Amino acid sequence: MRIGFFLREALRSMSRNAVPSFAAMASVLVTVLVLGVFIPVVQATTGAANDVRSRVLVNVYLKTDAKPDDVARVQRLLDDKVDHVGKVQYLSKADALKEQKARYPEAYDLLGSNPLPDTFRVTPDKPDNALKLRDALSPSAPGGGHTTIDPSIDTVKNSKDDTQKILVATRVVKLTTGLLAVLLVVASVLLVSNTIRLSLFSRRREVEVMKLVGATDWFIRWPFVIEGIVLGALGGLMAILLLLVGKIALLDPLISQFALLAAPKTIHLGVLVAVLLAASIGVSAAGSGLSLRRFLRV
Amino acid sequence: MATTEAEILAREAAHPTAPPVVEFRRVSKRYDNGMGLDDASFTVGRGEFVFLVGSTGSGKSTVMRLLIKELEPTSGTIRVAGRDLAEITRKKVPFFRRNLGVVFQDFKLLPNRTVHDNVAYALQVTGSSRKEVRAKVPDILRLTGLSTKLHHFPDQLSGGEQQRVSVARAFVNHPPLLLADEPTGNLDPETSIGIMQLLYRINRTGTTVIVATHDSAMVDRMRRRVIELSSGRIIRDEVSGLYAPRDMSTAEFGALLREPAPAPRRVREPGDDFDDAFRD
Repeated sequence: MRIGFFLREALRSMSRNAVPSFAAMASVLVTVLVLGVFIPVVQATTGAANDVRSRVLVNVYLKTDAKPDDVARVQRLLDDKVDHVGKVQYLSKADALKEQKARYPEAYDLLGSNPLPDTFRVTPDKPDNALKLRDALSPSAPGGGHTTIDPSIDTVKNSKDDTQKILVATRVVKLTTGLLAVLLVVASVLLVSNTIRLSLFSRRREVEVMKLVGATDWFIRWPFVIEGIVLGALGGLMAILLLLVGKIALLDPLISQFALLAAPKTIHLGVLVAVLLAASIGVSAAGSGLSLRRFLRV
Repeated sequence: MATTEAEILAREAAHPTAPPVVEFRRVSKRYDNGMGLDDASFTVGRGEFVFLVGSTGSGKSTVMRLLIKELEPTSGTIRVAGRDLAEITRKKVPFFRRNLGVVFQDFKLLPNRTVHDNVAYALQVTGSSRKEVRAKVPDILRLTGLSTKLHHFPDQLSGGEQQRVSVARAFVNHPPLLLADEPTGNLDPETSIGIMQLLYRINRTGTTVIVATHDSAMVDRMRRRVIELSSGRIIRDEVSGLYAPRDMSTAEFGALLREPAPAPRRVREPGDDFDDAFRD
């Protein structure tokens, strides 16, 4: 009886206040639409940034005359003694030659012997630690220049000289997208709560009368909360539908043509839909329930 | 509805110690910009019909709003049916209000509900079943003469009809106390009589009725208890009083009117266009 009554009350007030209800639903729709586009974009951006950062490597070149014993010793050193080591990949003289030959066949055909050294490609545990790792492998010498921690190591180099630049640039990208995401969420919450307040304000006299007749706070509040849930769900569902249409019509053909778009991992579609729906329903239900509090003080 | 006056009197006699329905003991209410009510004490017994009269700002509405616990008194105690209002917590206020019927000058109906649903809301609030609503609402609407307007919305009704709906809503729970704040303030005299008759009929069923009003004709005609307020103080409390205090008789009032009007102060100036315009 109670639940049926509240449901009927909510439906009645929605049909009698069609315009404010529509405004509330539209604001939820727009917000969810923007969020639904922005969440994957933020993720793709940070994913791409992380992808770039993960390519930061420290190359350890051994001397050309290094024996297999030396290689094994350096391997052990990297595995156990040095901090910030993530992954170690060993590239022997022969492998290195094969790799380079594949890339520049003419140049390497001219060479009679193999000039390349044995190499360890060391990935740091975190991209930010790349420089620390290099310093650990080849501490700076007191007289300038660098020494190495093992006599058989010739030089230690970052795979790219601009490791520093990559790190700074990706950090800026991640920070800006994060900041934008926070601003967007704040703006959406303000928009939705403002619309709800507006539609409630037009009905504050109604609430006053209900209180005078002896209705308890929750008796008045439930229909409003149910209304919020229904409107939030409707707005959220419509927005998700639009997003799916957009994804199928625009994004999927693009992905099949450009590998770049598919590369970064983004949120699973099902999870995204669930999150958006929960957020739209939760925000509008809580919004209408909480905004009512001001008018309930009669 | 079947209760007769004799039965009520018998019930009163059976409980001689029953507390008064309303008791104000040295109640003051101070607003930011002045006094709302100043040291007011009075009691209203069960089944009484009381007019609260006085000019605007005299404190009538303050008394009403104190009684529905919309306001808290600055000092003093208010008891309704023996219960101290100060002891009722904010959470319990809705349950307290269900024992009161309230009628306002501006009707305070819910605009997007029909007449039937407006009255039914007062029952639904108390958790009444659909069966009860179906039994009670048509009954009370017949009593108030609204049976034909069941499915009209408030804005389709005349002022008098709207006030009848509001009285019906106030009385559908059969509260022991009914408060009416200027119930005829927005109505013409003819319609007002109908509303007053309705309130009187409700009073006859044993409900205590307190009416705040400006309507002197009505008060003089009904000859009920009158409590007069002036700037927050009770200045008169008569068992069957008139709107105006009795000390000024009709003859005196007539004499006041017969007094010669004050002579015009402005002296005629010949040649003045304004004066010339009125010369024969």
